[in-house]
Amino acid sequence: MSRKNAVRGVVLSAFVVAPVLAAGADETNLRLAEGTGLTQVQANCSMCHSLDYILMNSPFQDKAGWEKTVNKMVKVMGAPLPADDIAVVVAYLASHYGNESAPSSP
Amino acid sequence: MRGAHGGNIDRRKFILGSTSALTGGLLLPGIVGSAAAQDLPAGAVASGILDALPGKQPLIKRSFRPPNYETPVSFYRHAFTPNDAFYVRWHTGVPEIARSDWRLRVSGPGVKSEREFTYDTLRRKFKMTEVAAVNQCSGNRRGLFSPHVPGVQWGYGAMGNAVWRGVRLKDVLEDAGLAASALEVVGNGADAPTLTGPDFIKSLPMWKALDPDTLIAFEMNGEPLPKWNGFPARLVAPGWTATYWIKAVADLTVTDKPFDGFWMKTAYRVPKGMFGASGFESQDTEQNSPITAIKVNSLVVDPAPGAVLERGKRIDVLGVAWDGGSGIRSVEVSLDGGSTWRDAKLDRDLGRYSWRQWRYSIRPEQAGAMTLMARARARDGSTQAETLVHNPAGYHHNVVQKVDYHVA
Repeated sequence: MSRKNAVRGVVLSAFVVAPVLAAGADETNLRLAEGTGLTQVQANCSMCHSLDYILMNSPFQDKAGWEKTVNKMVKVMGAPLPADDIAVVVAYLASHYGNESAPSSP
Repeated sequence: MRGAHGGNIDRRKFILGSTSALTGGLLLPGIVGSAAAQDLPAGAVASGILDALPGKQPLIKRSFRPPNYETPVSFYRHAFTPNDAFYVRWHTGVPEIARSDWRLRVSGPGVKSEREFTYDTLRRKFKMTEVAAVNQCSGNRRGLFSPHVPGVQWGYGAMGNAVWRGVRLKDVLEDAGLAASALEVVGNGADAPTLTGPDFIKSLPMWKALDPDTLIAFEMNGEPLPKWNGFPARLVAPGWTATYWIKAVADLTVTDKPFDGFWMKTAYRVPKGMFGASGFESQDTEQNSPITAIKVNSLVVDPAPGAVLERGKRIDVLGVAWDGGSGIRSVEVSLDGGSTWRDAKLDRDLGRYSWRQWRYSIRPEQAGAMTLMARARARDGSTQAETLVHNPAGYHHNVVQKVDYHVA
């Protein structure tokens, strides 16, 4: 039994969740909510970071909060988001991951 | 050197499920989290799965890329946090550097002559020394802020305690020779931003750089640094938050002016005066100061919050307490909501920058809910906050913890 499997066994027996584990936890399995703006989010935000940053920072920011974050990413971090798309991305984040959205809904 | 981590993603093993919303995997009802689960943003709870980076045990994943992974609190039962369970925090991709390729350059207007060292020459030329010290991310416990603030939503585990071994930064700087104008030592690691964003670079004031406990460390807990924690060498600035502990350090520039990079001038700042003097005057402004020394704090490790305790049975509560280097004077425990406090027993002193483990024996007599509070006091007289000192970046969360148990 490999070390990792041993660890997995211990964790599973301690917390019995289910007999079968899903394969591969990595960012390619991250799914954000469908909606206008998702394409721009996937194309731009994921150049530098995995999209769990968005989920992790939800749902507590209002639209102004997300706007501040997106502007920082563009102006400071160099996200190559065309000016026209900034509002689209902000609207997407506020609507699906804002403080008035349902928590972490896919 | 960037994005090295990206190539490793497929080698990682899925250890426990995520939420069905994320991966079609398994729901983890609060166990991953820690004590903090109910206080973290819902999205952070949902995405905070257990996942193992290569060479690491399963840790709480906050973000895949850059890798930000939190140590589950149960590992703090060890006086020193195992290297393979030590938390991971990067702003950018993780550099892959062969020991033989690594160089440390010392330059700038504040040195008399430039230097370049290899791994072997640095270790041969200077005396090796070690220090036990807590390494704590500035944003540890940010996820517990109310109201929440954006950033990596850490629970309690963006910290660890280790014995760091290496050469004194002071000895290396003095070998190059310091000019009278030397003001700050600017450390840059081999990591680089993905796009045009600012490189992660941090400076130290001369007094901190010349402190005999400030090291260029090659090892933690007797082993080479894992690449996740800064291989081949990192700065160790005991008592100060981990933002200054530059990983995979490659360049040291001694300046005669305050370094004004983004990560000094704009980020890692606290409102002026909110947490006392920074000790870093060349970086203070009218409005704010750099975050510097760790605030006194404590954490209950065992039994885990939410545990069911057996009525009438004596049990040892285990915790840790630490500060920015004055050392821990006492830890007090209250079982009545803070009306009365009694001293916990401190374990052996492992050094003033190390955390101090503590124990408190309880025998719950009444069935039902029970709340335990723990409060550390440092030798400099400071103690933990009773209520959160809210600040925009979510730093210095050291509110007295309230841990709920159930007695049955």
